Amino acid sequence: MANVMEIYQLLPKTNCKECGKSTCMAFAVDLLARKFKVEDCAPLVREDKYRENYQKLSEMVTPVGDVTETGLIVHEDKCIGCGNCVVACPVNVAADPTGAGSGKAPTCDRIILKVEDGIVRAMNVQECRRFGENKILCVACIDTCPTKAIEFV
Amino acid sequence: MDNDYYVCTGCALLCDDIGVEIEGGKLTKVHTACRKGVAFIKGCRHPLDSTVKGERTDVDLAVKEAASILKNAENPLIFGHANSSSGAQKIAIGIARRTNGYIDDTSSFCHGPTVEAIIESKLKTCTLDDVRHKADVLIFWGSDPANSHPRHMSRYSYFPRGKERQRGWEEDRTAITIDVRKSDTAEICGKNGLYQIPVKGDTEFMEALTSALSGKVPKTSYDFDKKRLLELAGILKKAKFGVIFAGLGMIYSLEDFEPLYRFMDKLNSVSSFHLIPMAGHYNMRGFNENLFKETGYINRVKFNGAEVLHGPEYSVVEALRKKEVDAALVIGADPLSSLPRSIVRYLEEIPLITIDPCQTLTSTKADVTIPCALVGVESGGAAIRMDGVEVELKPMVETDRLSDEDVMKRIMEEL
Ligand code: SF4
Ligand code: SF4
Ligand code: SF4
Repeated sequence: MANVMEIYQLLPKTNCKECGKSTCMAFAVDLLARKFKVEDCAPLVREDKYRENYQKLSEMVTPVGDVTETGLIVHEDKCIGCGNCVVACPVNVAADPTGAGSGKAPTCDRIILKVEDGIVRAMNVQECRRFGENKILCVACIDTCPTKAIEFV
Repeated sequence: MDNDYYVCTGCALLCDDIGVEIEGGKLTKVHTACRKGVAFIKGCRHPLDSTVKGERTDVDLAVKEAASILKNAENPLIFGHANSSSGAQKIAIGIARRTNGYIDDTSSFCHGPTVEAIIESKLKTCTLDDVRHKADVLIFWGSDPANSHPRHMSRYSYFPRGKERQRGWEEDRTAITIDVRKSDTAEICGKNGLYQIPVKGDTEFMEALTSALSGKVPKTSYDFDKKRLLELAGILKKAKFGVIFAGLGMIYSLEDFEPLYRFMDKLNSVSSFHLIPMAGHYNMRGFNENLFKETGYINRVKFNGAEVLHGPEYSVVEALRKKEVDAALVIGADPLSSLPRSIVRYLEEIPLITIDPCQTLTSTKADVTIPCALVGVESGGAAIRMDGVEVELKPMVETDRLSDEDVMKRIMEEL
């Protein structure tokens, strides 16, 4: 997973403000959170001398179709659909103890994660423990994943 | 299980909670199966045609030709069976009996010895449902379910809540990997969960653990950290319901099973431990059990009139190496891609029949190919899960292809 410093190092570091941010560091933070796309840094795309960095950044910060409201991203290419995260997620366990929480097919539609066509899908993300007023730094779905397919940005 | 659910035949876990959506007779969505299962369920890219000597024919003719090959052979080999329903396996045994043939699968260099020891009650075992409800200490020894059986840990072994395991994996279960490398499964077992041993170090590690369980100092020639070994022995002793998931990594490196028997006996004198073989293909264990019921042996059988011969000399490898068979029927396997070339090359020299839903390397060399439905997707039947539990399969979609059992039945009728 990319971190802010790695991203920053590959940016022009000129604080040109063309992206609308006051510094390249601020842009890096938002890029990591997928609020921006790599292409939003105009000089990087425009100027030849940044071409290599542009390429590296594009690989590092892979665009994600669906960043959910909580910032949960599923890297579909990595997910093997094992269901570990589905069974481990505390919200799933609370909502569906005898289905998803017991390792079986889900029997309730208030769960956050379920496997469809062999890949995990996120729904009801507002229920995620990382979200809302009493949020906590839950890592159940990250720690149990054998392929590191779940990321929060 | 609820009738709306289907069974995935993608591996020997036979997950029985699969939901499907169907439109116009085609599968459009698969729920709950892992990626490996979905790939399997969605079927093959190149379905097998019915052919005789490379020419397309109808199934009737291919069946007749197959029967005549078997009739004319003195010692036909009936091989494969791991991806084949129990019904088809039973008829395959009947065909071998009728034709005085050899019958074998790949289990003799796979989980055959483990399944045999379990059938003969030399190893204590349990079901995966017991694991879900009771198991507190799990040992993945030479096995890597995260890759081979993707839903193993989520469905049964580590993560699910069970009757006596209500508090979740962090508090209620301890997962340990003993392996020669840091597998994906080891990754999930955490920093202290991996006991990394050298290649072929399994026997010594087992013996050292047996010593540790007896309160002796555990020694290995590769100087495995004694403190960690004693720690592990402590965890095993405290287990209420322990399970060893034996993988090929462990089976391959054991020269014989005596150290394993000693280890299991010792374990069961201080706590309670069970062993489940991590069978790969969905009905691998089924073949061993079905053949055992018919002949008293799990593999490597040759029929000779009323006599049943058994032994290493009747294994697929020996039979091919010594060129003792003069025709072969392969069902539910692809020996040309899974067995060493030097041995299977001989298959190309003799009349070869392949029965499979998909084109395989073996089918491209076959004199007769007969397509069958994909078991568990297009046809039903039964199969035996890795833990010995029989699971009923039913078709998800319709097909005009014959089931594997029906193809075998038709050949039997022609004989
Ligand atoms: S962070 Fe926790 S609550 Fe949110 S999806 Fe992951 S496991 Fe569930
Ligand atoms: S744990 Fe990882 S690989 Fe398994 S289903 Fe969840 S995201 Fe996919
Ligand atoms: S773990 Fe095996 S049986 Fe279960 S869904 Fe995956 S491939 Fe199918």
